[in-house]
Amino acid sequence: MRVSLFATCVANEFFAEACADTVRLLRHLGVDLDVPRAQTCCGQPSHNSGHVEDARRMAAHTLDAFADAEYVVLPSGSCAAMIRAVYPDLIGTDAARALAARTYELTQFLVDVLAVESLGDGLRGLRIAYHHGCHALRELGVERQPVHLLRASGAEVVAWEADQECCGFGGLFSAKMPEVSAAMADRKLDTLPRVDVLTSADGGCLLQLDGRSRMRERGISVRHLAHLLWSATGR
Amino acid sequence: MSRVNPGGYREAAAATLRDEPDVRDSVGSATRTFDAHRRTAYGAIDVERWRDWARDVKSHALTHLDDYLEQAERALLDRGAQVHWAETAADALGVLDAIVERRGVRSAVKGKSMLSEELEVNAHLERLGVRPVETDLGEYIIQLLGEPPSHIVGPAIHKSLEDCRRLFHDRLGTPLSAEPDELAAAARHALRAEFLAADLGISGGNFLAADTGTLALIENEGNIRLSTSLPPVHVAFVGIEKVVPRFTDLAGLLQLTARAATGQPIGNFVSLIQGPRRSDEVDGPEEFHVVLVDNGRTTLFADDIAWEALRCVRCGACLNICPVYRQTGGHAYGWTYSGPIGSIISPGLLGLEEAMPLPNASSLCGACTDVCPVRIPIHELLHHWREEAVAEGLAPRGEAFGSRLYAAMATRPGAFRAGGGLLRHTPWPWIGRSLPVLGGWLQERAAPKPSRKSFLKLWDEGIE
Repeated sequence: MRVSLFATCVANEFFAEACADTVRLLRHLGVDLDVPRAQTCCGQPSHNSGHVEDARRMAAHTLDAFADAEYVVLPSGSCAAMIRAVYPDLIGTDAARALAARTYELTQFLVDVLAVESLGDGLRGLRIAYHHGCHALRELGVERQPVHLLRASGAEVVAWEADQECCGFGGLFSAKMPEVSAAMADRKLDTLPRVDVLTSADGGCLLQLDGRSRMRERGISVRHLAHLLWSATGR
Repeated sequence: MSRVNPGGYREAAAATLRDEPDVRDSVGSATRTFDAHRRTAYGAIDVERWRDWARDVKSHALTHLDDYLEQAERALLDRGAQVHWAETAADALGVLDAIVERRGVRSAVKGKSMLSEELEVNAHLERLGVRPVETDLGEYIIQLLGEPPSHIVGPAIHKSLEDCRRLFHDRLGTPLSAEPDELAAAARHALRAEFLAADLGISGGNFLAADTGTLALIENEGNIRLSTSLPPVHVAFVGIEKVVPRFTDLAGLLQLTARAATGQPIGNFVSLIQGPRRSDEVDGPEEFHVVLVDNGRTTLFADDIAWEALRCVRCGACLNICPVYRQTGGHAYGWTYSGPIGSIISPGLLGLEEAMPLPNASSLCGACTDVCPVRIPIHELLHHWREEAVAEGLAPRGEAFGSRLYAAMATRPGAFRAGGGLLRHTPWPWIGRSLPVLGGWLQERAAPKPSRKSFLKLWDEGIE
C-alpha cells in the first residue's frame, strides 16, 4: 500500500513536526510513503471566499501533483473535505472524482482503511479535549475515528459541551470578521473543561484556538492530533 | 426594508460585543435552549423522512407557483375573501390606505409577522394616523423599546429578564421584582383593551393551502387568533412563497415547523382561516383581505441556485444553531431577516450589492444546513452568494488581487515554498498589524508560531 502525504499549506508552515509525526506514524504502520514535491495548497482559501476560478487553478495543480497516488492522506480535515467534497464539482472530471475517492483525512485513513484498533497506550492518563473541525465532521463524517483512537490509547477524551461547535476560524472569516470570530473562540475556550491537551485534526482551528488562548493568557496546551497519535504508539 | 446597521455588519457586530455584552449572554442562552428542544423534538420522529417530504412539497409548490397562487386566489374568492396582488412593498401597503379610509380605522392590532416587518407596516400605519399595536409578547416588548426584531421567532431574544422588568416597571407600572408570569399578565391586561378597541387586525401567514384557500397561522399566545378574529377587518400579508398545494399538506408542515422552531409537537394555537365571518357565524371579521406579496421574491426565484431559499418556513432553527448569530443576535445583520437564512434571502430580496457583506457573515460551518426542516443547503447558498459577489466585482479589490496572487504562487511550487519561508520568518507582531488579512487576525489573537523549519524541508533532510 502506497500513500502520498499532502501536508497542506498551513500544516507545512505551522505544524511541521506534526506532519513529521504523521510520516513516522504511517511508516510505523507499514505504509510505503511518499511526499510529492509539487504539492502546495488545495485552494480552499480562495474557494471559501468565492474566488472559484483561482481555486480551480489550485485544484487542477493539486490533481496533477497527486495524479499517481494510490491513496492521498492529509493531516487536515478541511483540506481533505475540499478534495473529497468540492473538487468533483469544481473540476468536473473523472480524474477529480477518482482523486476524491482515494483521499482521506488521517484518522479516517487509519480507522476506515487500515482498520487500526489501537496505536498503543502512550496517552494513558492524559485528559484530552477534542475539537471537531466543522468540515471533517459535516463534510467527511469524521466523528468517532479520532475519538476512538485517542481513547484506545488510554486517553480520557473529556465531555465538552461545545466540542462540535465552530471555533470561529473559517479561513478568511477569521480576518474579515475578527471580533465575532474571536467571540466564537471564546465560547469554545470558556466552556473547555480542565484538560492536559486541546487537540483537533485541523491546523486552522488550532491556530485560532491557540492564538486566542495565548492572547487571553489562558495557558491551554494546544497540540495537533497527529502529534498525539504518534505519541500514542509510545515510540 | 430599511437598514438598521448603518456602519455595516462587522462594525455593528463588534459594537454589540463591545458595548452590550449582555446581548451575547441572552441570545446565547435562549438559542441554545431553543436548539436543545429542537433536537429532542426531531429525535422523537423519523425526521429525515419528514424533511425530505417537506422539501419536496415546498419545492413542488415553488416550481408550480403560478398555478397554485391562482388556485389559491379562486378558493379564497369563493370563500368571500378579498385578494390583492402586491408586486412591491408600496403596493402591499397601498392596500391598507383604502381600508383605513373606508373604515375609519384608528387603531390596529398585529399578530407577529416578519413580512409586516419587511414591508414596514407599522411606520406606514402611523403615517396614515393609525396606531399599530404589536400583540405578540416579544413583539410588544420591542415595540415599546422602538427596536426591530432580533430573531425570526423570538423577536426580543436579545433582551434579558432584567431588561424586561425595567421596561415594564417604567411603562406598565409592575414592580421591579416582578416574575415572568406577572410581566406576561401585565402585558395581557394592557393588550386586552387594545384588542377590544381595534378597528383592524393584521397578520402574516405561515402557509396558504391552494386547494381550499386556507390560511394557516401558528402561535403560542393566542394573540394571532384574537387579532384575526376580533376586529371587524382582518388583513393578512402573505409572501407568495407560502402557498402549498393541499390542505392536507398542512398537517405535516405545521408539525415540522413547530418542532424545528421551538421543539413543540405543534404550536399552542393553530388558526386555519377559511374566510370572513359567514352569516351563520358569530365570530370572525366582516372583511378578510389576503395580500399576496412578491417584493423581490420572484427575483430570488429566478436565481438557478439560490431559489431554494424560498422554501424557508421561518422557523429560526438555523439562527438558533448558528455560532455566528449566537454572538450578536439579529440586529447586527442590518435587515429584517437575520442569521444564516437572512444572509441568503436578503441578497435576493434587496440585490446582492445592498446585502453585502452578509454572505461573509458566516464561517461556513454548515450547522444551519444540518437542522433546516426543508433542507435548504444554507451554507452552500452562502457560498453561492460569495461566488456571485466575486463575479459581479463586489469583493474588495485587494482580496481579489490577493487571491489571484496566491493562486499564481500555489501553482508554482518553488515560489510557493519561498513565500512560505518568508511568511514563517516575518516578525508578525511588528509588521502584521498593518496588513489587510494579518491585521484582522492579530487584532484578536496572539501571533501564530510558525514551525522552525517547514515540513517539506524536514522531509528533504530526512525524518527519523
